[in-house]
Amino acid sequence: MPSSERKQEEKTREETQEEQKPEASEQEPSQGVIEEGEALTDDIDKLLDEIDELLEEDAEEFVENYIQRGGE
Amino acid sequence: MAQPKIMGVETEYGIMVRHAADFDPVASSTLVVNSYKDRELRSVVWDYEEESPHLDARGFQADPSGPTPDDASNAVINDILVNGGRYYVDHAHPEYCTPECTNARDLVTYDRAGELILDMSCRMAEQLLDNRRELIIYKNNSDGKGHSYGCHENYLVDRAIPFQGLVDGMTPFLVTRQIFAGSGKTGAENGAEGVDFQISQRADFFETEVGLSTMVDRPIINTRDEPHADEKQYRRFHVIVGDANMSEFTTYLKVGTTAVVLQMLEDGVVGGEFRLRDPVAAMRSVSRDLTCSEPLRLEGAREMSALEIQRSYQRLAAEYVTANAATDPYHEITADVVQKWGEVLDALGDDPMKLQRDIDWVIKYAWLRAYRDRHGLAWDDHRLSMLDLQYHDIRPNVGIFHRLQKAGRVRRVVSQDAVIHAITNPPLDTRAFFRGTCLKRFPGEIHAASWNSLIFDVEGKSLQKVPMQYPQRGTREMVGALLQKCNSAAELLAAIEAKPNADDAGGR
Repeated sequence: MPSSERKQEEKTREETQEEQKPEASEQEPSQGVIEEGEALTDDIDKLLDEIDELLEEDAEEFVENYIQRGGE
Repeated sequence: MAQPKIMGVETEYGIMVRHAADFDPVASSTLVVNSYKDRELRSVVWDYEEESPHLDARGFQADPSGPTPDDASNAVINDILVNGGRYYVDHAHPEYCTPECTNARDLVTYDRAGELILDMSCRMAEQLLDNRRELIIYKNNSDGKGHSYGCHENYLVDRAIPFQGLVDGMTPFLVTRQIFAGSGKTGAENGAEGVDFQISQRADFFETEVGLSTMVDRPIINTRDEPHADEKQYRRFHVIVGDANMSEFTTYLKVGTTAVVLQMLEDGVVGGEFRLRDPVAAMRSVSRDLTCSEPLRLEGAREMSALEIQRSYQRLAAEYVTANAATDPYHEITADVVQKWGEVLDALGDDPMKLQRDIDWVIKYAWLRAYRDRHGLAWDDHRLSMLDLQYHDIRPNVGIFHRLQKAGRVRRVVSQDAVIHAITNPPLDTRAFFRGTCLKRFPGEIHAASWNSLIFDVEGKSLQKVPMQYPQRGTREMVGALLQKCNSAAELLAAIEAKPNADDAGGR
C-alpha cells in the first residue's frame, strides 16, 4: 500500500480510538473520512463481539490448566 | 560491506489437548510432528554427528554431549522438511526451524509457513484422537506460571569478530530491541516485579549477561558456538532473548534490524559505545516501560532511554546502508528494514498506540484495553489472561491475532500465496535449496540430514555423506541444473564426485 494511503488510514483509525489524543487538525475532516471512521468504529465493536464469542468460555479453568514444561 | 547474514529462526510452540485429563506433552508433540510426515520420508533421520551444542564461544566444551537417539526413535521425533527446514520434538514441545535464509522477507515467509505446518499437523493428528479432544498450539513463550520456551534466532557471523566484541555491541541492542520486537504479556513471572502488562514475553526470564544455558539462569548473550558451517570461518550468534511473534511486520523488523547491526559490527561501524551498567535489570525495566523513554544507566555515568539507544543504532544503520548500497545484494530489503525501523521508532516516541496494527505488543495491548474497557475488568481478570493466550492460538478461525488479520486490522509483509509456496519449496539462495530439493527428488535414497550434511543410502553401496559446510552454496544457481539433470541419487553422487571443484552442494 502506498505510504500516503497508509498514513491516511492510520489517521482515520486514530480518530476512531477513544484512548488516543486526537491530532490537532487544521481543517475539518472531509465527509468521506467521517463515514469511514464510523464504519471502523462499528468494525471495532463487531470485532469485540467476535472476541467475546471466540474466547474460551471457561477462561479461569482454561488458563489455570495451561501449564507447560520449560523448553529450549 | 560485510557478507549478508545467513539466518534462521527456531520456534518452540506451546501445546495442550482439550478434554484430556491424561495429557502428556511429549506424546502429544510426537503425535503432532509425526502426523505431518511425508510417507516417503518416514525413515529419514537427523544426523546428530554434526551437533555440538555444548561448545562454548568463550573457547571451551561445557560438558560432554549427551546420548543421541537410536535410528528408530530418531525418525519418530525428527522430520526434515522439503522446504529445507526441520520439524521435531524438542523436550515437551513441537519445534519448527526455518531453512537458512538470506534476508528478512524470506525469513518471515518461512516462519509463517511453519505456523501452517503446525496447524495442518494438528488437524491430521486430531483424526487419531477421541472426538472431543482438540489440539491447541500457541506461538508464544510462556505459560504465565513461570515456564518459558523459546523462539531463537541464529545468525552466521564472521569468526574474526572477537566474542567480547559481540557481547559489547549486541547487548544494548538486544536489551532495547523489545520496544518493537516484543509480543506483550499480562502480568509478571519468575519473581519479577508485578505489572499489569509488559512489552516482552521473555524479559522476566533473563538472569545473567553471558552464558551457555538456555533453560536455567538464562543469559542475554548465549554462547552456544555451533555454526553448522566451517568453524574456522564462522561462528553462530544464537539469540535467545526474542519473543515469538504473530505479526509478520514485527518478525520482519526483529530479524532484519538484528542482521544489519551484526553486519555493522563486522565492519566496525558499531562497537561498545552503548554499554549498559546493568543489562539484566534493564531487560525487565524496558519491558515495563510502555513509553519506551525512561532513562537507562550506561557505563561512563551516561543515561539513554531504550528509544534513544535504538535511534542511535538506527541512524548509524541508515548511513551504513546508503554507503554500502552498491555491494549489498539484498539492498532493497535492507534499506526497507532500516527505513521502517526509523518510522516505528518515530511512532514509539510520538505515541506507541499509533502502531496498533504493526507491532505485536501494541496490537495486543490495544485490544486488551478495548476488551477490558468494554467489560470493566481488572488487569488480572482471567478473561484478559485468556485473551492474551488466545492471541497466540495458531488456528485461523479461533486465534485472536488471526481473526484480526482476517479483518485487515494488522499489517502484513508477505502474501499468503508466498507462505503456502514456502511449505513445500526451499529458498533458492542457500544450501537449503540443495537439501530440500534432494529430499523431494530422491526421498527413498536419503538416510539422514543435518544443517551441514546429507547422507545418501544408495542401493548396493555404503552410506555416502555429502558435507555442506558453506550455507551460501548449494543454491539453485549453483546446483539447480545438476539436480535437474540427475534422475537418481546415484547419478547425483557420481556427478558431484566427478566435478573438479566438487563443493557446489555446500563444500568440503
